[in-house]
Amino acid sequence: MATLDEMRAKALAEWRTAEQGRQSHVLVGAATCGKAAGALETLAAFQSQQAKHGLDIAVTQVGCIGVCYMEPVVAIRKPGHPMILYGNVDARAAGRLTQKWLLGDNPCADLAIGAFLQEGQSVDGIPPLSAHPMLGTPRLILRNCGLIDPTDFSHYLARGGHKGFEKALALTPQQVIDEVKKSGLRGRGGAGFTTGVKWQICHDQPGEVKYLICNADEGDPGAFMNRSLIEGDPHVLLEGMLIGGYALGAAEGYIYIRAEYPLAVERLKFAIQQLRDVGLLGSAILGSDFHFDIHIREGAGAFVCGEETALIASIEGQRGMPRSRPPFPATSGLGGKPTVINNVETLATVAIVMRTGGNEYARQYGTECSKGTKTFALAGKVKNTGLIEVPLGTTLRQIVFDIGGGILNDKQIKAVQTGGPSGGCIPADRLDTPVDYESLTAVGSIMGSGGMIVMDEDNCMVDVAHYFLSFTKEESCGKCSPCRLGTRHMLEILERISAGQGKLEDLERLEKLSNTVKDGSLCGLGQTAPNPVLTTLRYFRDEYVTHITERRCPAAVCQGLIAYEITGACTGCAICARLCPVGAIAGDKKLLHVIDPKVCVRCGACRDCCKYNAVVVH
Amino acid sequence: MNNGIEHILVKYPQGDRGFLIPVLQEVQEFYGYISPEMADEVGDFTGVSPGEIFGVTSFYSQFRFTRPGKHTIKVCLGTACHVRGSDRILEFIQLQLKIKPGETMLNELFSLERVACVGCCALAPVVVVDKDVHGRMSSTKSQKLLKKYKD
Repeated sequence: MATLDEMRAKALAEWRTAEQGRQSHVLVGAATCGKAAGALETLAAFQSQQAKHGLDIAVTQVGCIGVCYMEPVVAIRKPGHPMILYGNVDARAAGRLTQKWLLGDNPCADLAIGAFLQEGQSVDGIPPLSAHPMLGTPRLILRNCGLIDPTDFSHYLARGGHKGFEKALALTPQQVIDEVKKSGLRGRGGAGFTTGVKWQICHDQPGEVKYLICNADEGDPGAFMNRSLIEGDPHVLLEGMLIGGYALGAAEGYIYIRAEYPLAVERLKFAIQQLRDVGLLGSAILGSDFHFDIHIREGAGAFVCGEETALIASIEGQRGMPRSRPPFPATSGLGGKPTVINNVETLATVAIVMRTGGNEYARQYGTECSKGTKTFALAGKVKNTGLIEVPLGTTLRQIVFDIGGGILNDKQIKAVQTGGPSGGCIPADRLDTPVDYESLTAVGSIMGSGGMIVMDEDNCMVDVAHYFLSFTKEESCGKCSPCRLGTRHMLEILERISAGQGKLEDLERLEKLSNTVKDGSLCGLGQTAPNPVLTTLRYFRDEYVTHITERRCPAAVCQGLIAYEITGACTGCAICARLCPVGAIAGDKKLLHVIDPKVCVRCGACRDCCKYNAVVVH
Repeated sequence: MNNGIEHILVKYPQGDRGFLIPVLQEVQEFYGYISPEMADEVGDFTGVSPGEIFGVTSFYSQFRFTRPGKHTIKVCLGTACHVRGSDRILEFIQLQLKIKPGETMLNELFSLERVACVGCCALAPVVVVDKDVHGRMSSTKSQKLLKKYKD
């Protein structure tokens, strides 16, 4: 079998040929988000153009580069020119790019997001890619996403893949752990426990059998960092797992991944087989005495399985219910053996830490206590939605306004929600909060795994609290009563308030209940479930009060407190009347239409479809 | 027993509880649901009692006990989808199909489900039909989508 050096040399030669050869390359971003925006039609369009014109081009599916709001995204590398990234490339734009750029010499600057420029290079009318706010930040974790074929292992090798693992293998396991400790890396799954320390505890346990589990059960609604990374660069996670397995003395690793991510599962299965084929998984890896293999377990749809002990129960074939800790999994985990559970991004970062060295990683980016970079899924009411990577310590304002481009339709920002159902809503006047573990905790939220949802003036904070509570109530496993009963009772109060039937005493009751659930729950789900309620009560109490005393929802969201009405701007086109699922809209042709409030179910379809903005809600 | 799941069972080691969930998942992947007979057979194979199998399958939201329709519509109710109005889209589709989440139309054309997040938050709101993800949805687009799959 070829050595890693030989494989890498061959991969590099192939990569250079691709870069400098005579063939044009078309890279279509075809991760789940790209596909949702029509990337497969774009791909087919390029392929049919290729056949039609007999073009000598290579059309490849790659992962997501992060600018999801411009999907479908395509990168084109034409011989003798820098690679150019294009956005909103539908089938028609694909035809145009073929005609004008692949066959002609017009790079279609109007479609371009930016060009991958080396020093001294320029393309007329197209800015460098680094000038794009989402792509100009340092990219360590996402460095390969959107640029390599995730199914081609040689691409990963050519871009420096497995240099970290190679380095680790030359050290003792203890030295690897020391290196990770020096990096200051903290868990990227949410709680922020120091990775090196976790590894040390497990490493120091007696016994031959140990396990490493990668938690890819990205359960927080509104988070897609792990999905995107695995779809775009699965090998970086596997390299991190190899390093972790070696450091811990584990011979088996598991990846627990949500079944809702079919493409990510497929990419991982494929990548694992590739590693087995080249001898990077299995016995006597790279001629050492290190044996390691990785198995995939698909989650079956239970949010609580993101909790370590529940996750282990699920792998063991049980109901995914947590148990009390200690003993922590690092001393007694899967099958009672010492087990480390790390998040996807933590393990991917380990590969980078080993490549750059612990001290250097800690020096490059981050703050005193939060080192390095972190990815965030930026979504909600922000202009540039997608996946970003920023140094820890970047402020929320920089993320929302500089990187995210501000609020959609230039409305007023109300809050940023971090940490999913376990996190909180940070109000607009605290946007200068730096994104690091301690600062986010201080304002009542948490770092979480990286979901970041921006909310504007049209979002009701009572509704947001209600949304998260209905989620956690549904997902509570029911084992301990503070969580099972507490979340239900809190939800009932929130339902009353959003229906206009709340009382002022309810707010105090909510706070009291929140604290009970926080203090009394067995696992992280219950302990953090009240956070969305507590933060909205803390920062947006006036909205709750308006719902209670005036029986009014200021943002016009809560269904029990709003009414739809058609104004004089109505032209009588009757599109809404045809769309209305309950037939609540009536009116004569070309005359003002009317909504019957008794029949209306407030689904808002009429407002969505009206071209004249004649439907208002109040 | 002959529930047509032998071809799945042969791929797994017998009597290993650790494979209970993967086996159930593969059965559901193949048939679209898990019948009591199939559950019993999986139980015999893995050495887990029928009661416990029901405990496990009812715990995880992925498992279903009734046959799904020809197309399964999943409305994403993740946070990003929620703040961009996914609950209104769910309500619209519910009224169009006259079924609630978890139900299947009498003519078995559509099943409706809610899903916590499919990770396409940047294209919210999102609706998944079978395996195709549709981003940036609205009521109007939902109506067109339903029509497309009806034909």
